[in-house]
Amino acid sequence: MSQQAALGRPPTPLVALAAVAATLLVVPLLTLVVDTPWGSFFSLLGSEAVLDALRITALTSLLTVVGCLVLGTPLAWLLARVDFPGRSLLRAAVTVPLVLPPVVAGVALVTALGRNGVVGGPLHDAFGVTLPYTTTAVVIAHTFVSMPFYVLSVEGALRSSGERYDVVAATLGATRWETLRRVTLPLAMPGILAGSALAWARSLGEFGATITFAGNYPGTTQTMPSLIYTTLQGDPEVARTLSMILLVASVAILAALRNRWLTTP
Amino acid sequence: MTRLLTLALLLPLAACGAGDDAASKITVLAAASLTESFTTLAEEFEREHEDVEVELAFDSSATLAEQAVGGAPADVLATADTATMDSAADALAADPEIFATNTMVLVTPADNPAGITSYDDLATGDVTYVVCVDTAPCGKVAATLIAATGLAAEPASLEVDVKSVLAKVISGEADAGLVYATDAVAAGAAVQTFEIPGAAEVVTTYPIAPLDQSEEADLAQEFVDLVLAESGQQILRDAGFGTP
Amino acid sequence: MADDTVTGLHATVAVPGRLDAAVTAEPGAVVAVIGPNGAGKTTLLRAVAGLVEMQGEITVDGESWTTPRRLVRERRLGYVFQDQSLFPHLSALGNVAFGLRARRTPRREAEAAAHGWLERFGIDDLADRRPGELSGGQAQRVAIARALAPDPALLLLDEPFAGLDVGVATSLRLELARHLRDFAGVTLLVTHDALDALTLADQVLVLDGGTVAQAGTPREVAARPRTDHVARLVGLNVIRDGDTYRSFSPRAVTVSLNRPEGSARHQWAGPVVSAVPHGDAVRLLVAADPDLLADVTPAAAAELGLAPGQQVWLSVKETAVEAYAVS
Repeated sequence: MSQQAALGRPPTPLVALAAVAATLLVVPLLTLVVDTPWGSFFSLLGSEAVLDALRITALTSLLTVVGCLVLGTPLAWLLARVDFPGRSLLRAAVTVPLVLPPVVAGVALVTALGRNGVVGGPLHDAFGVTLPYTTTAVVIAHTFVSMPFYVLSVEGALRSSGERYDVVAATLGATRWETLRRVTLPLAMPGILAGSALAWARSLGEFGATITFAGNYPGTTQTMPSLIYTTLQGDPEVARTLSMILLVASVAILAALRNRWLTTP
Repeated sequence: MTRLLTLALLLPLAACGAGDDAASKITVLAAASLTESFTTLAEEFEREHEDVEVELAFDSSATLAEQAVGGAPADVLATADTATMDSAADALAADPEIFATNTMVLVTPADNPAGITSYDDLATGDVTYVVCVDTAPCGKVAATLIAATGLAAEPASLEVDVKSVLAKVISGEADAGLVYATDAVAAGAAVQTFEIPGAAEVVTTYPIAPLDQSEEADLAQEFVDLVLAESGQQILRDAGFGTP
Repeated sequence: MADDTVTGLHATVAVPGRLDAAVTAEPGAVVAVIGPNGAGKTTLLRAVAGLVEMQGEITVDGESWTTPRRLVRERRLGYVFQDQSLFPHLSALGNVAFGLRARRTPRREAEAAAHGWLERFGIDDLADRRPGELSGGQAQRVAIARALAPDPALLLLDEPFAGLDVGVATSLRLELARHLRDFAGVTLLVTHDALDALTLADQVLVLDGGTVAQAGTPREVAARPRTDHVARLVGLNVIRDGDTYRSFSPRAVTVSLNRPEGSARHQWAGPVVSAVPHGDAVRLLVAADPDLLADVTPAAAAELGLAPGQQVWLSVKETAVEAYAVS
C-alpha cells in the first residue's frame, strides 16, 4: 500500500471545491479553444496588424522583464537587507500597484509622465521628450504594473536565504558588492526567476494602463491585448481568434520556461 | 453536495429576477456619445412618469449591442450607428428608428498648444492628434474623413472610444482629436472646435429600439417615443446633434 | 611574515548585558573557550569578528581592529561557524577559493591554492561537490579549509565538532591539531568538549555568565577547576567551601546504601539521577548538594541495584581531595 493510500481518502468537500476551482479555470479557456474559427487562424496570424501587435508585445514584455531585473532587484535588496527609516512605508508603496485597477495606474502615469504631467511637463519643456504614444511609454506602463510582483518575489527569496551567507562572505573579506554578485543573487535565483516569470506574465496581459497612458497605434504602442480589445468593439469573432493566438503564444513560452527553469519537484 | 452547490449558484440569479415591484424601472443602454443628452432625457422621462426610475448604461455601441444580444436585463438600446444596431437585430422588439445624426469636428485643447488654425494644419506632421480605432463607429467616420481629405500624417493613437479621444485632448496629451460635434459641445470651453471639410457628407445616424427582453415593454416604447418627440429632439439639438 | 611587530591577540570585549571578558594570546596559540550555554562564548567570537556592537579594544598583530572600527571584511580573520554555513550554490572548491578571490587573488591561482587546502584535508577528490552532497565531517573540513585559505591572522572556530559522529569528530580533531600547529595566527576555539580543550589548546578561557571564571593552561584548569561546568567537563567533582575549592575524582568516591561509618569527613546523600557506562566502570550522577559524580564497578552497581531514583550515600577520604584557594 502506498503511503498516500495509507493516509485515507481525500476529504470529499475538499475534492468537490477543488473540482469547482478547476472547472472555473478550465472551462472558459476550453470554450475559447472550441469557439475559435480555426479556419481564419493562420491567415489572421499572418496579417500585418497581428504581427505588429505580437512584435510589440514580445518586445515590451521582454524589456519589462529587463527593467524589473535592473531596477527591481536593487529595490528588493534594499528592502530585504538595509534598515532605513521609512522602509515599511516604502514596502507598502511598492505593493500599491498590485491592488490598483490598471486604468487607474494609467491615469496615475499620465498625471506624472504625460505631456502636461508633473514630471512629464518639465521633461517635455526642457528636452522636448514626450513619452505618451511611444513604445517606451508601453514599457514604462508595463514595468509600473509588473514591478511589484517582481520585487515581492525577489524580496521574499532574499529574506528566506537570509543574511547568514552575507555574514560568511564578509568574514572571508568580500565587499558588499562582491557578496551581492557572488552570494546573494545566486542564492536568490529561484525568486528572481519566479519574479521574472510573474512580471512577464503580467506584462503580457497588461492593457488598461497601456491604452490609457501609451495609447493604441499599430506598430508602436498596440500590444496584443490592446488589439484584442479594440477588435472586440467591431468584430468579436476576430477578437476570439486573436485571443487564441495570444493564448497559444503565452502557453508555448510558459512551457518552454517551465522545462528550463520552473520545474518543481 | 452537488445539489447544494447548484442551489448556491442559482440563488443569486433568482434573487436578481424577483423584486423591484415597488416602483417600475427601465434600463437604457446608450452609446457613450449620448451620455449628456440621454441623462437629460432620462430626467425628463422621470418627471413625466413619477413612479418610474430610468437607469442608464453608457458604453461603446458594440459592447452594448453584444450585451443586448446576450440577454442583458435592459429595455431600450440606442447606438451610434446602424451597423451595431443591425448586429443586435435578434434582441429588438421593434424596428429601430433614427432619432439623431452627428458629424465630426476637430477639437484642440483650450490653449491650443500646437497653434492649429484649421484642419489642414494636421498635415504638417508636427501635430500629435488622436482618433477612434476604426472598429468603433467614431473610428469608421474618422477613417472615411481622413481618406476623403487625403490627410497623410498618421494619428498618434487609435483610442477605444470617442470619450477617450476627448479626454486625451482636454488633458493636453494630444494636440488635436477628431470627435463628434456633440462631444465638442459637451466639452464647452475646455476645447476649441474646428470644422472638417466634407464632414457634412459623412453623417452618423443614431438608431433606437426597445428590446425583446424588456419586462416593461410599454414604458420602453414610451421612452423611445419621448426621444422621437419634439421635446426629446430639442434636448438632442441642444446637445449638438442633428435631427432627422 | 615573522617580524617584531607581531604581538598576537589582545582583546578586552564588553557587550552590555552579555559579555565582559579579556583575552590575550601569543601568535600561534590556541585558546579554548569553554563554559555552559549562554556563557557568552559565541558572543565573544562574534564581537571579535565585528559582528556585534561592542566596547573595548581588539589588537591583532599590532593592528587595532577597534580604533577606528574596522568592518568585518577588513579584519584578517577566518570564521568557522557552528553550522558550517558553506555557500550552498558553490562547490567545495568554490567555497575554499572564495576568500582568496575576495582578496583579489586571480581565479586560477585561487583555485590552485584551494585544491592545495582540500588536499591537505584529504578531500580533494570532493572538490566539485556541492555542500549538500558532503557528509558532516567532509563539510566541516571544507569549512575549516575555507577559513584558513586566505591566511588569516585570527582563526575563530565555533564548536567545530558539534553534531559529528564520535569517530568522525575524533579523526577530525587529530587533523585539526596538525593544521593548528602549522597555523601562525591566534586561534579562538569555542567548545563544550574537555577533550578539545586538552588536546588542541595552549590556553583555556572559562566563561560563565558573561565573565571570565578561570583562565590558564589546560592542565591547570583541568586539575583545579573553579566552576561546576568545567569540573563536569573534565570529569572531576568540585565543591566550594568558603575560600577553598576541593576537587576529587569520581573514582575516589565510595557509594553505599546506608550512611557510612568511620573516618570519611566528606559525605553526602541523594538520589541517583543517571547511571551510564564510563570506560570499564559505571558512572553515577547523584543529586546530592551539589551534584556529584561517582564511579563504581559494574558488579557493585548490580549488587547495590543502582538504578535512577535509588537513594545512596557518597563519601570520599580526605587524602583523595585536592584543596586550592579561590584566587
